Amino acid sequence: MQGKPQTRHEPSERGLTPKLEVHLNVNGVERRLLLRPWTTLLDALREYLNLTGTKKGCDHGQCGACTVLINGQRVLSCLTFALMKEGAEITTIEGLAADGELHPLQKAFISHDAFQCGYCTPGQICSAVGLIAEGHTKTTDEIRESMSGNICRCGCYPNIVAAIEAVMHGALS
Amino acid sequence: MIDFDYVKARDVSDAVNQIARDPAARFIAGGTNLIDLMKENVERPARLIDISGLPLKEIVETQGRGLLIGALVLNSDLAYDERITTRYPLLSSAILAGASAQLRNMASTGGNLLQRTRCLYFYDITTSCNKREPGSGCAALDGFNRMNAILGWSKSCIAVHPSDMCVALTALEATVHIAGPKGNRAIPFADFPGDTPEIDTNLAHDEIITAIELPPEEFSHNYSYLKIRDRLSYAFALISVATALIIEAGTIKHARIAVGGVAHKPWRVPNAEQTIEGQQPSRKTFGEAADVILQGAAGFTHNSFKIELARRAIVRALDQASAGMPQTQSVKVIV
Repeated sequence: MQGKPQTRHEPSERGLTPKLEVHLNVNGVERRLLLRPWTTLLDALREYLNLTGTKKGCDHGQCGACTVLINGQRVLSCLTFALMKEGAEITTIEGLAADGELHPLQKAFISHDAFQCGYCTPGQICSAVGLIAEGHTKTTDEIRESMSGNICRCGCYPNIVAAIEAVMHGALS
Repeated sequence: MIDFDYVKARDVSDAVNQIARDPAARFIAGGTNLIDLMKENVERPARLIDISGLPLKEIVETQGRGLLIGALVLNSDLAYDERITTRYPLLSSAILAGASAQLRNMASTGGNLLQRTRCLYFYDITTSCNKREPGSGCAALDGFNRMNAILGWSKSCIAVHPSDMCVALTALEATVHIAGPKGNRAIPFADFPGDTPEIDTNLAHDEIITAIELPPEEFSHNYSYLKIRDRLSYAFALISVATALIIEAGTIKHARIAVGGVAHKPWRVPNAEQTIEGQQPSRKTFGEAADVILQGAAGFTHNSFKIELARRAIVRALDQASAGMPQTQSVKVIV
């Protein structure tokens, strides 16, 4: 049987695949990182860039808490190796507010009471940003379907859908 | 996770050369299934060859008036491509029935064909599984086998194929284009998975999928992809049915039926299609076709319900297709 899966190794360990260089634009800032190949984008953001807004929920692509935007598209950072995203533009929850003002979806989640514990919220909001940018989603049913990759164990779904609908239809001041 | 080497492939022949040199290497594109399996210690590649940068991202018309879909076209790009939504809506619908928006934004067309079963015992490395560890046995036979096969299984493996997209590609009679050290070859979709349940595909270790070809027959009017699952979205199929009909003057001229969630591959029985060709659409006729498809079906402790569920889903999907009312993938009411 194998030992416990490892996600990080200290630099002093020997014999491991050497670290490789990757350049990412994270929330508008050019970042150069030295990473081992198994470092996921999620771990790169949280452990190497101290951007802990993106959450590790299941770490298996089943909950959506780790959702970020890569080149404007919503993806799961837990199932992405950071080295594979050389030159990509990454947007996390920390990068949505502009000039000290919250993103309309952030405001809508607050005004619609669209979270309780808040753990899934960064992923929900990044997913909703992607959903609106994609432009395939119009109706309430379509929003629910298109957001099905983001699980909320507090069960805030009705208010999450309402918040997204409000922003989609420009109802938020 | 285990230690592994990482290299980028420069082009298709470089990718083939690199994988041919290293039996412990694996290709990675979207990574949505492979990375998960690596975290579970099910997949333990010594080297990953990153093919995500290869120029296989186009959808082009073929001379035979079909479409050639590059292996690295993203599932979401494929599902929403106008040529697919208008000419092959069955394929679009099946893709949108699977996974989540985030996963579809990552997963590649070729990778969708190569995703592994979600059988609980394939994932659990403390149990026996002939697919994961040949010769170790099949813990699902006497285990929690609610999701497992009712057709085509053997005592060695009762896993089911996880893909929705592949059920539609089976019905549409797609072709898989492959490159390898000995050159290129093309396999009809029906022959891609093979008949040995514990062996996923007929793709050799040193081969790479380059494209999927859709034939000119589009089935854009009478089709449906009906997926039955434990929750309304973001779950693997208990049963799914891809149907495509050509109806002229009230008579079914041409029929295709493929069933997912029942076997180690999308299940298609051409004899069943012939039973409804030349007939007028009716539930009685559709039921007869379903009976032909399900001939020899046998379940296990927890999944025998799938036999009757499959029968009803096949009839309903044919009903939807013949009425020109395909199942929508956003409104979940089954009409």
